[in-house]
Parts: sequence; structure tokens; C-alpha cells
Amino acid sequence: MSSFDYYAKRPHDHEHDHEHDDHAPQTEAEGPPSEFEIMSRAMQELLEAKGVVTAQEIRRRIELFEEDFPYRGGRVIAHAWTDPDYKRRLLADGRAACAEFGIELEAERLIAVENTPEVHNVIVCTLCSCYPRALLGMPPTWYKSRNYRSRVVFEPRAVLREFGTVLPDNVTVRVHDSNADMRYVVIPMRPQGTEGWSEERLAGLLTRDTLVGVTLPQATEKK
Amino acid sequence: MPAGGTATRSSYAPAPGHRFAIGDKVRVKRSFPPGHRRTPYYIRGKQGVIERICGAFPNPEELAYGFDGEPAKVLYRVRFAQKHVWPGYDGPDHDIIEMEIYEHWLEPDDTGVSHGDAR
Repeated sequence: MSSFDYYAKRPHDHEHDHEHDDHAPQTEAEGPPSEFEIMSRAMQELLEAKGVVTAQEIRRRIELFEEDFPYRGGRVIAHAWTDPDYKRRLLADGRAACAEFGIELEAERLIAVENTPEVHNVIVCTLCSCYPRALLGMPPTWYKSRNYRSRVVFEPRAVLREFGTVLPDNVTVRVHDSNADMRYVVIPMRPQGTEGWSEERLAGLLTRDTLVGVTLPQATEKK
Repeated sequence: MPAGGTATRSSYAPAPGHRFAIGDKVRVKRSFPPGHRRTPYYIRGKQGVIERICGAFPNPEELAYGFDGEPAKVLYRVRFAQKHVWPGYDGPDHDIIEMEIYEHWLEPDDTGVSHGDAR
């Protein structure tokens, strides 16, 4: 494990009332459980014993985070690509536009930011790892790393280059520190050569990294 | 697990009595109180402009310690010029950084210096 992963592995080193689920699965190293794992386990057992939640509900919840939430963002943005009026509503109020599309973001409040030929947006949370989990699933390890969080705010172009994203100087790089109550998603530019594509096919281009703003969607589909 | 359900469908909340308007020049207080703060160190003392008003939200500095966060505080998004935030910034003058700052961390910037006016 590299040194900055140490911070990414400590989901409880901040205390605040963000509505993210700190108890969603982490990749745990083998060995005795940490203090936080024991606390989390004890809390779950108490809640089950009191009939507040069932193990089945928790399992279902984890399943949603892994199998449904990660694909919501791409579907929303693909719809925005094909419907300019919807894109306007998404930019005006992300949470309301998602609800209109049938996606309830629960407690999350969402700001969509649009890439243009003049502006490129990239998202970070320098204080912890705030992330639109109800739209993109669990944040990747690099997003939570100290390396990304500390560097992308002051040398975004260098960090983007490491992701293979090279932006000319005439493009404004607009970094968003997701440091308080709002969550963010990037609306990338729709690639040329995708005219007439279905929303489903377009959604396939909208990978997690394109919606955080570290890469650009490519009109060549994988696989 | 998140609570609150579908009671609020807007990303934004009302902001009664907000002190600043979009486009106002502001300065983040250069203050280092102990405790849980959502104002990053690197932005304290910096000047920017109000990008949007997000609404009033329970104060995270109170919520962190089990209080109810009332009275709610108005939350703004503030835009800063990267060249101002980081004097050694290695990129064009028009690059910007934006973040959310609570009203009690902001004061009017009447120095006349232009910051964060990039598009």
C-alpha cells in the first residue's frame, strides 16, 4: 500500500453529517479488524437487534451501491446530451432533474457543470472524499487518495495529463472543491461521430472518470 | 444510511436574509479556530467572487459535535483565480477554482483588487 492510501483507508477520520455511507464495503486488508470495523459491526448488530434494519436490507443496500448507482450518472448525462431542454434543467438544478428522470438522489444535492470548448471542469473533495455516491456509486481509490486531493487543486493540468487528458492553454480549467453540502457531476462534451446514437449507447461512453472530469469520453467503445 | 427521503427535491435551499449577492467580491476570513471546519486552509484569507447561492443549511461546525446545526447558515459557491490562490500556479491566468463557503467565513472585499473574474 502506498503512503497516501493510508488516508484513503480511514473513512472515519472526519466527523460531519454528509449523507454518504461510510459503512459501504471497503477493500479490507487481512488481519484483525480495526477499531472502526468493530464499531461498525457492533452498530449494525445493535440496529438489527432493535429491529431498525435487517441484515437483508443492508446487503441490498450494498448491492445497489455496487450494481445500480455506478450506472445512473451515465444515463442522466446521456439523456442531457440528447435533450437540450433537459440539459438546461439539469444545469439549473441537478437534484430536481435527476428526480424528473426517475432517479432519487436521497439526501444528495447536485450541481452539474458543463464542459465546453472553452471550459473544462474537474471535481475533487480536498477535505475528505465527498462524491455523488447516489449517482456514481462508491468513489475510486484514487479520488480518495491524498495525492489526488492535494494536487488537483493547485496543479490540475499536471494531474489531468497523468490521466491522459491534455488541455490547451486557451481552455479554462475550472476546479470544483466539493468541500461542503453540494455534490458535483461533469457534463462532458459529446464526442463527434456519435450522431444518431441511442442514449444507451451514449451512456456507455460516459465512464465514471469522464463524469469526475479527469478524462474525456471517446467515441470508440470498449470491448 | 441516508435519511430524509424525497422531502426535498431541489439542490438548493431558501436563503433568507443572505448577505452577499452573485458577483459580489468577498474575502475568506483568515482565521484558524479549532474544531471541525469545512473551509479549507488553503483558501483562508483569499479573495474571490460569489458564483451562486446554494441556500441555508445546518451549520456543519455544530452538526459535527451532535448539535442540530441551527440556526442554518447561508452557503455560497465562491470563485477564485488560481493565480491568486497559488502564487506559483503553473497555468494560464484564466484558470479558476470554486468551492463552497459558509457566510460566516466571508467578509466584503472592498480592496478593489480583481480576483476570480475569469469566465
